[in-house]
Amino acid sequence: MSGARGRGRGWFAALLAAALALALTFLTLPIAAVFVHSSPQDLLDSLGDASAREALRLSLVTTTIAIVVIVLVGTPAAYLLATRAFPGRALVVTLVELPLVLPPAVAGIGLLAALGPNGLLGGALDDAGIQLVLQTAGVVVALIFVAAPFYLRAAQAAFAAVDPRWSEASRTLGAGEARTFARIAAPAALPGLAAGLALAWGRALGEFGATLMFAGSFRGITQTAPLAIYADFATDFDGALALSAVLVAVSAALLLSTKLLARDALTRA
Amino acid sequence: MLSLALETRIGAVELDVTLDVADGACLALAGPSGAGKTSILRAVAGLLQPTRGRVTCSEQLWLDTAANVDLPPERRRCGYVFQDYALFGHLSAWRNVAYGLRHVPRRQRRAEAHALLARFGVEALADVRPATLSGGERQRVALARALAARPRALLLDEPLAALDARSAAAAASELAGVLRHVRVPALLVTHDFEEAALLGNEVAVLDGGRIVQRGSAAELAAAPASPFVADFTGAVVLRGTARRDAEGLTRVALEGGGEVVALSPAGGTVSVSIHPWEIALEPPDSPPSGSARNRIAVEVTSVTTLGNRVRVGLAAPQPLAAELTAASAARLGLAPGTRVIASWKAAATRVMPR
Repeated sequence: MSGARGRGRGWFAALLAAALALALTFLTLPIAAVFVHSSPQDLLDSLGDASAREALRLSLVTTTIAIVVIVLVGTPAAYLLATRAFPGRALVVTLVELPLVLPPAVAGIGLLAALGPNGLLGGALDDAGIQLVLQTAGVVVALIFVAAPFYLRAAQAAFAAVDPRWSEASRTLGAGEARTFARIAAPAALPGLAAGLALAWGRALGEFGATLMFAGSFRGITQTAPLAIYADFATDFDGALALSAVLVAVSAALLLSTKLLARDALTRA
Repeated sequence: MLSLALETRIGAVELDVTLDVADGACLALAGPSGAGKTSILRAVAGLLQPTRGRVTCSEQLWLDTAANVDLPPERRRCGYVFQDYALFGHLSAWRNVAYGLRHVPRRQRRAEAHALLARFGVEALADVRPATLSGGERQRVALARALAARPRALLLDEPLAALDARSAAAAASELAGVLRHVRVPALLVTHDFEEAALLGNEVAVLDGGRIVQRGSAAELAAAPASPFVADFTGAVVLRGTARRDAEGLTRVALEGGGEVVALSPAGGTVSVSIHPWEIALEPPDSPPSGSARNRIAVEVTSVTTLGNRVRVGLAAPQPLAAELTAASAARLGLAPGTRVIASWKAAATRVMPR
């Protein structure tokens, strides 16, 4: 190796390292700041506050319901998109991913226009006795709307990455389509599905704009943790900061445990 | 008996094939890549829907496009060994095999899977995931899995292509043993004529989506229907039993009589291959001369002109073929019925274990 080439590589490696260091600092600084400002005692104190506890509980309940719905409907839908060719498939994929790029305010307005009292389906929902606006159920609907595309996209990529020969081998070995999905495709795609689930859950936990517009911010009914932080930060900055720290910790724990569970399930087979 | 007639377009190739395979027999579909070989296997297994076609297996109708019958793969139950084996990466070897054992009660599946793995000498690897298995080990697990499901037909797609040369030779003789004991029809795809001759009772040569010739490997080599088949077949393949003689040479007693001499050491049942252009023809009364150790008196059965050369089919206990220039053939006055002596060197005789 000549000195000139060695120097060239060193220069480029330094550039890459500098870029990564900059990105890392910028992206972790606000998160670190949240924890620097709130001592563990502050965190415990903030959990003693009824409104914070309520907001946190509401966040966990609504995101859990939303994630269950997303996984139950999204997994087979993503499998279909990943494994079958049909006319208009590219269009369907684009439409399903559209909410990803929607501004939260637009998502909120859209949900109101579709499911609000005067919306497209408002009459039908009313006849069925279903109230969404300003209700906890409305929070769940808003969460599903903004978080589902994250899961769908990840699940579709995970299924597409499974060797199609495996499914074919499964069929020749006497397993029908449903069994092939349950025993081969889904377990093989599990790490990707778990990653998508963690992403969607993280997105749902942080959801703010669409929830605020569609469901409002009523303590105990629709005020999730992010909404509570927003409501508190002008009057009680330290309390808002402590709740933020708890939210970060919960999100990180969810992300980590989902990934660990998926890895465990995979190594046990 | 597996019978099929298929017509379909695969990319630029117009596939149009009719064939049948008896129970316990193995037909080797041989041809260059892109000839449509794999598509035939996929259509038999139910993984590809041909434009027109009919497939039956032991009296059972699997596909009839005219009658709108198209059984899904799980109801045809072909033992399919994929080219890259397609072992389930998230399951251990024994669970891969057990996946095909749905007809066995759940509690007995593990023992049954272990027994099948043991049959292929890989029981020790039962708990290992495919990713850490070698090519040869994967092939054995894939075979065990395919046979576990009690297939009605066995389909093998280039079963040796994913192996390096050394393990391929060992795997080939093992596979030949397996195929001898399988009682269902077997259809094997390969781009290698010697592999086809080694593993198939019969060989069908596929070119441009059509079967251009079908017969025993020796028949194909002796009387190729076209220059393509002549080029593709390359070597004459004979079967026999090898032993070492006092001189240190390998003597192969051919099935059906006769003996050939080779240099490479071998024993047991073997395939012997000789390139037709290594075989010289002389008039029957010519005295032994030169260094050729193999001399057999034969009768010409066919003379096929292939451009500037001539492929001469020769009647012997197992048919032979020689290739010479058109001028030499004319000088010898070769025609069906002519008696000649075929000779070749021991060094030109390759021996492969079966």
